[in-house]
Amino acid sequence: MVEEMERDENVFLMGEEVAEYNGAYKVSKGMLDKFGAKRVIDTPISEAAFSGLGIGAATLGLRPIIEFMSWSFTLVCLDQLVNNAANVRYMSGGQFKVPVTFRGGNGIAHQLGATHSHRMESVYARIPGLIVVTPSTPAEAKGLLKSSIRCDDPVIFLENEKMLNDKGDVPDDNNFTLPLGVANVEREGADVTLISYGRPLQRVVRPAVEALAQDHGIDVELIDVRTLRPLDTKTLLNSIAKTHRCVIVDEDWGYCGMGSGILYRIQEPAFDDLDAPIKYVHSDEIPVPYNHYLEEAMMPSVDRIVSAVKEVCYR
Amino acid sequence: QKDKDKLINGYRCHGHSLALGMSPRACFAELFGKSTGCSKGKGGSMHFFDASVGNCGGHGIVGGHLPLGLGLAFAQAYQKTGGVTFCLFGDGAINQGTHNEALNMASLMKAPVIWIVENNGVAMGTQVARHSADKDLAERGSGYNMPHRNIDGNDVDTVIAEMTEAANRARAGEGPSYLVANTYRFRGHSMSDAMAYRSKEEAEAAKLRDPITLYSARLKQKGIVSDEQIETMLEEVAAQVSEATAQAEADPNPPLDDRFNDVLAEQYPYQPE
Repeated sequence: MVEEMERDENVFLMGEEVAEYNGAYKVSKGMLDKFGAKRVIDTPISEAAFSGLGIGAATLGLRPIIEFMSWSFTLVCLDQLVNNAANVRYMSGGQFKVPVTFRGGNGIAHQLGATHSHRMESVYARIPGLIVVTPSTPAEAKGLLKSSIRCDDPVIFLENEKMLNDKGDVPDDNNFTLPLGVANVEREGADVTLISYGRPLQRVVRPAVEALAQDHGIDVELIDVRTLRPLDTKTLLNSIAKTHRCVIVDEDWGYCGMGSGILYRIQEPAFDDLDAPIKYVHSDEIPVPYNHYLEEAMMPSVDRIVSAVKEVCYR
Repeated sequence: QKDKDKLINGYRCHGHSLALGMSPRACFAELFGKSTGCSKGKGGSMHFFDASVGNCGGHGIVGGHLPLGLGLAFAQAYQKTGGVTFCLFGDGAINQGTHNEALNMASLMKAPVIWIVENNGVAMGTQVARHSADKDLAERGSGYNMPHRNIDGNDVDTVIAEMTEAANRARAGEGPSYLVANTYRFRGHSMSDAMAYRSKEEAEAAKLRDPITLYSARLKQKGIVSDEQIETMLEEVAAQVSEATAQAEADPNPPLDDRFNDVLAEQYPYQPE
């Protein structure tokens, strides 16, 4: 964010506690001191007003970064994102661009209870006019966020509170960007295609891939979707054409969940390549419980993923 | 100021669009969904846009555009354009949560926006007395530390004077104003509205205070225009409307493939240079 704000005067950061508090999760630490109150702006608890502000300001040429303390809170301003951010360009016959980036923590963090643990990706990924991005490593967070800020379309950028302390190699280059709309084959493998993204990928999928290789001799091709809309179906299908088996993992609810949407896009074109039905590993269909053990139990685990992979491999 | 001010409104956006100088043909064509429409037939009656005259939309969700109006004003201040934003909405919109959120933030930030409630006395079919706990709608602008008052929305001179004062204030960096322009809705909410919620007498009485009637009488009284001139103007406008309607009717529908255009600004995969 700092690099992009240094690069372009039109970029500013707005949200709850982003300035004087230095960020609810310290993401914007030091930015108020660096850029001043004109460009790092605290807001009242008014998600509809400040998300809509970002959209309106974007139509006049600014590039707002709007931070939500939690994507769960966007349920109170869904109208702004779905009706305004996504539709203004279309409804005006292409007269206005909406280069705004909305970012913040998405999904299940830890013991925040049902209201603060929504996985909003399937809500936004189904909306034409929006771009939905979700990083799974620190380097991706940098490269994808920079592309999102420079992109002329409204971007829903889904982070996760539990990933903010992740460490990893991040290129120093101010111009390091990653493409939007391109999935990353993170590990090549011969036996089965595993599709995931964001927090579940970091939390359970990578450990499951290790376990499958070491304990079960199954060589997984792991794909990090990175952009949930537009979906890079080509990369997914190319992989399935090679492995003939596929498992999708997310932390959404299954019915109408993100994985269901991915499944809808790939099952027909992949049908002839498949040696087994595609499996979808998702969370239990209950509100997210507060208790640590209940919360853990509702989500995909390494065991659940290993079982699903073994199942599609008929092992 | 035409070159820098912006206007954003709810779905009752036809009059404002014409007042901003949009062509009647483009407006009718949009109503008919034609490719020559001001939104290329993709917006419709509730969504008239024309960036070239500062019309940032017609917006269909009641109250949904108030945050956008705040954003336009924010951008004007950020970029120091010297422009202001006129954000219009009906009395129905004051009961949406966005009304509270946007008014409060605008005043906190001293955003150059003028909030204009077009109070026609009825939110679709629900009269003000049945939808607002306080019938004095100017009071809805209280608590935000900004000027808030009722004005006669049917009096052209009053509206010009009040808007000018509010715009000057906004331009000077003194922040937003809240003006309740009291008026009347001479027709139904929509084509299917039989207006059972009000009497014919009430509607007839209100027509005597039609802004055009009032203003022509004043101009005549001051000797600025004659009856003949008014008659000529009415005929000219009627002819313009007929011509625009006929043109728009004859205009083509958008090609079917055009439905896929204007969804996104970038090509994907997208990567900055």
